[in-house]
Amino acid sequence: MMKWSNLKYLILRRFVQLSLLFLYFAGNYWGWTVLQGDLSSSVLFGSVPLSDPFAVLQILATGAMLGTNVLIGAVIIVLFYGIIGGRAFCSWVCPVNMVTDLAAWLRRKLYIDKIERKIWVTRNLRYYMVVLALIVSAISGLAAFEIVSPITILNRGVIFGFGAGSGLLVAIFLFDLFVLKNGWCGHICPLGGVHSIIGKRSLIRVKHNSDNCTLCMKCKEVCPEVQVLGMIGKRSEFVSRQECTNCGRCVDVCDDDALDFHIRNLIASKESK
Amino acid sequence: MSNEAKKPRISERRRFFTDLAHHAGLGVMGALLWAGYAQKAKSSPLTLRPPAALEEEEFLKTCIKCGLCAEACVNRPQNIDKETGRPRPGTLKMAKAQDDVTIGTPFFIPTEVPCYMCDDIPCVPVCPTGSLDIKKVTNPETGEMDIRMMDMGLAVVDQNSCIAFWGIQCDACYRACPLMDEAIKLEYDRNSRTGKHAFLKPVVDMNACTGCGLCEKACVTEKPAIFVLPRKIALGKPGAHYVKGWDKKDQQRVSERVNTDVTTHDERSKENPMDYLNKGLEF
Repeated sequence: MMKWSNLKYLILRRFVQLSLLFLYFAGNYWGWTVLQGDLSSSVLFGSVPLSDPFAVLQILATGAMLGTNVLIGAVIIVLFYGIIGGRAFCSWVCPVNMVTDLAAWLRRKLYIDKIERKIWVTRNLRYYMVVLALIVSAISGLAAFEIVSPITILNRGVIFGFGAGSGLLVAIFLFDLFVLKNGWCGHICPLGGVHSIIGKRSLIRVKHNSDNCTLCMKCKEVCPEVQVLGMIGKRSEFVSRQECTNCGRCVDVCDDDALDFHIRNLIASKESK
Repeated sequence: MSNEAKKPRISERRRFFTDLAHHAGLGVMGALLWAGYAQKAKSSPLTLRPPAALEEEEFLKTCIKCGLCAEACVNRPQNIDKETGRPRPGTLKMAKAQDDVTIGTPFFIPTEVPCYMCDDIPCVPVCPTGSLDIKKVTNPETGEMDIRMMDMGLAVVDQNSCIAFWGIQCDACYRACPLMDEAIKLEYDRNSRTGKHAFLKPVVDMNACTGCGLCEKACVTEKPAIFVLPRKIALGKPGAHYVKGWDKKDQQRVSERVNTDVTTHDERSKENPMDYLNKGLEF
């Protein structure tokens, strides 16, 4: 029933996510120097620093001075996602994506989507959360999101051992399953908000070809940020909204060759508008 | 028509201000809850940090919780068990939610694994943010890292439960100290209780002790009678106005002291206080 080609990007993404977690784990457990540290700040091949730009921003908001390594690391990450990857961090790197994807998959399989009372929450909440996190960091003198972030809790859990913080992951899973569809990653997570802003102008994007589209709406069913697929069946164009995580699920499930990854020509797209 | 007449008319202006109040209210609510939790999460005054950590307040601001220090600690070559080829547990742990320490920050518990004060201090140079500041352990004269400049805390002896103060000969902490006879010295004293024995009392030199915790780990009593506390907790502060007599350096300090005492001058100051008695002045 299920074709392998319908799982291509999903499998690739899980492979990347799990490989990164494994490399982080190995960096601590066996002392491998491929990838050390964690998603907040790492060292690649024992020399290249990589840092979470949002964590750096929060630390700066506390009014603290920072070492150059962590700043260089943040710049590298911003450039990589800003030019190439878009919001790919959320779907290709972040380990919480696996938790919330599981919840979203279960929602579909158990028809919770069809039965539940709908709660409407603005998807812009994440941007308010970014601002709030920076304000709270400035007030409290502690990077505010970093003390509650399920991302770093899961990431550190894999590397250094799980603790009581794992409860937060269960809570997010249940929240996504029973309270709000795509609740955490699609509405609340401020790191997703920051990566949306960073990846706004990235080159790699999904492109829709409406000539091939049969309006089966499978893409809209699986898309975690369904508002970005407004053009389906209407216009042939790039999925250009910044909240698209480049997860490629829509490309996977499309049986009509109407969606695929392309490199966006920013200059041309501006002229056409 | 009648139904519509009953509804209060909502003007654009009212809608705008209500929306504004709505967003501001939710924002303030969120900020208060969040900041309240952050304030609670910050408070862990008994935490022992890695060597060269900035002062706690600054450390909490700058630590990005990457764990590179803990990884450098556990994977240092000296820590590999020769029999199994696997590293022994590292000193530095990354705080979990159940630890009484800000989540994700590095700390250590001497009774579990103390700090072995490696000569190359591997945990410090790997810090990307500078919350472990290499300057704090760099000797300004040689320009090299110096374990004597480490400062994680201060060992404190509980003289009631330390059996050396009972007259039992025990020098476990003295011998475990990496700075033997510097950070912990043995003070010989006469045991006046028995009248025929000696005391060998361990005494910590607060200037030499780095707070590595090897003494606490080595202590033989059921609950260690010597233990490491952050300096801020372990030390009192006499204030600038007490002078150590017959001490040239401290007397020097007083003569150099800038007087910041506040003197109040008011109407009453014009009169000599003696005149209160001599002339029966009323104040």
